Amino acid sequence: MSNQYVLFDTPGPRAKRITTLLNIVVALLVVGVLVWIYRALDAQGQMEAHLWWNAINVNAWVNYLLPGIQFTLQAAAIAVVSSVIFGLLFGFLRLAPVRALRWISMVIVEFFRAVPVLVLMVFLHFFFSQFMAAVIDPRNSAYYAVIVALTLYNGAVIAELVRSGVRSLPAGQREAALAVGMTTTGSLRNVEVPQALVAMLPSLVSQFVIILKDSALGYIIGFAELLRYSRQLGAGYGNIMQALVVAAVIFIVINYALVWLAQILSRRLSSRTSGDVAIGIPGVVQFAGDAPAEAETTDTRSQAIIAKEQREE
Amino acid sequence: MEDILFLFEQYPIFEGFWTNIKLAFWSSISAFTLGVILALFRISPVRSLSWLSAAFINLVRNIPLTVLVVMAVLVFWGQLQISLHSDFNTNFFLLATIALSMYHAPFFAEAIRSGVNTVPLGQAEAARAIGLGFFSAARLIIIPQALRGAITPIGNTLIALIKNTTVAAAGSVLEASGVMRTMIEFNPNLMVAIFLIIAIGFSLIVIPVGLITTWLSEKLAVTR
Repeated sequence: MSNQYVLFDTPGPRAKRITTLLNIVVALLVVGVLVWIYRALDAQGQMEAHLWWNAINVNAWVNYLLPGIQFTLQAAAIAVVSSVIFGLLFGFLRLAPVRALRWISMVIVEFFRAVPVLVLMVFLHFFFSQFMAAVIDPRNSAYYAVIVALTLYNGAVIAELVRSGVRSLPAGQREAALAVGMTTTGSLRNVEVPQALVAMLPSLVSQFVIILKDSALGYIIGFAELLRYSRQLGAGYGNIMQALVVAAVIFIVINYALVWLAQILSRRLSSRTSGDVAIGIPGVVQFAGDAPAEAETTDTRSQAIIAKEQREE
Repeated sequence: MEDILFLFEQYPIFEGFWTNIKLAFWSSISAFTLGVILALFRISPVRSLSWLSAAFINLVRNIPLTVLVVMAVLVFWGQLQISLHSDFNTNFFLLATIALSMYHAPFFAEAIRSGVNTVPLGQAEAARAIGLGFFSAARLIIIPQALRGAITPIGNTLIALIKNTTVAAAGSVLEASGVMRTMIEFNPNLMVAIFLIIAIGFSLIVIPVGLITTWLSEKLAVTR
C-alpha cells in the first residue's frame, strides 16, 4: 500500500490514536449494519433455514445451478476462443501495411465497440431465428446470438489490445527484425504480435472476465444460463433472493479464479516479453503509477491514437 | 425511406433514447459520488475503511450487471416489497438507477485511485516541505493532479455506463433496446434498418463523450 503515503503523511502518535479509534468505530458500524440487515430480512421471514437450504441442496445443484453454470461457461468459453481469433485477425489488419485494410478494419472494430452488447444480442437473436433458421435451430438462436454478440464486441476490444500491445513494444524490436531481413508483416507475425500477446495476457484475462459477466445478458433474450436457471429455482421454491445470491456468489468465485490465473500468468510470463506486463482491471485503464502497462485499450485511447496517426500522415 | 419515417412516427425511438440518457445521467452522478467515497476509503490509512472499500469493490465488480438489475427488481421490489415510488414506471426506473450506480461505483473508484497513483510521491513531499498542511496539500497540489490523471479512465467508465443503461431492459424499463425489440418483432422485414438506427443512435451519444474525454485529457495533461 505505497499509494496511501502520497496523500497521507506517515502517521505520528496522534494520528495513530485517531486511526485506532476510527478502526473501532468502523468495525462497530459494520457489525451494526450487518445485524440490522439480518434482522430486517429475518422480520420478512427471509432468513429461514429452509429457504437458504433449498438454494444450495443437492436438488438445486443438480437440476438448476450446475446446468446453469455449464451453459454459462460453455457460451463464455466459445466466445473467449472466437473473440481471440477475431481480435487477432482484426488486430493484424489494423496494423497492416495497406491503408485500405487498416481503414476498413478500423471502421468495423469501432462500430462493434460503440454498440451496446445487448443491442447486438437482441438483433442477432431475431436475425438468426428469422433468416438463419435453416442453419441454426431457432430454439438455439438465443445461444448463438449470445456467443456471436460477445465475440464481435470483445473481439473488437481484443483487436485494440493487440494493436496497443504492439505499439507499446520498444521500437528496437521492430527495427531489429527489419535489420535481420524480415518483412514488415514477418516482423509483425514473428516478433511483435507474439510479444504483445504475452504482454497483454493479463488484460486479456480481464476481458475474459467481462465476457463471462456479459454472458448473463443472455438472460434478457431468453438464453438459459446461470441467472435464468437460478431465477427458475427461486420461482419454484419461493426463495428468489437466496437463489440469486447464490448465483452472484458463483459468478464472483468463477471471476476470482480467472483473475487468480491472470496473476499467476503475468508473474510467469513477464520475463518473456520486452513489453510491460500488468494485471488489468476490467473496464479501467491503468496508469503509470498504478501498473506500467496499458492494460486495457479503450475508446478514447484508440481515438487518441487515430488522431495522432492522422496528424502524422 | 418511407418505412424508416414510419418507424420514427410509430415507435417511441426518441423517448427510448431519452430514457437511456436519463438513466445514464442519474446513475453516473450517484455512481461517481459513491466512487469518490470508495476511493477515499480505499486510499485512507485507516485499515478498516480501506478493507471495507476493497471488499465492496471486489465483490460488486465481479457480479454481472444483469444479476444486479434482476436482483433490484425481483428481490428488492418483488420479494422485500420495498417500493421507491408509487408510479410503476418511476419505481422501475429508480431501481435500475440504483443497480447501475452500485455496479459502476467500483469502476469510478478504481479510476480515481489510478488518478491518485499518477501523482509522484515527490509532489506530496514537496508540499509538506514548504509547510502545507494536509488539507491545503490535498486541495492545492494532489487532488488537481490526481483528477487530471483520472480523466481518461473516468471517461471510459462513463462510456461503459452509457452503453450499460440498455441492461435496464432486464428491470422492465422501456429504453432504446426494448423499443428496438418491439420494432423488430412487428417489422421483421426492416430488421437491419432498425438495428442500424439504434446502433447509430448509441454511437451518436457515445462518440462525443469519447471525443470530449480525449480532448480534456490532452488539454489538461500534467506535464512532468
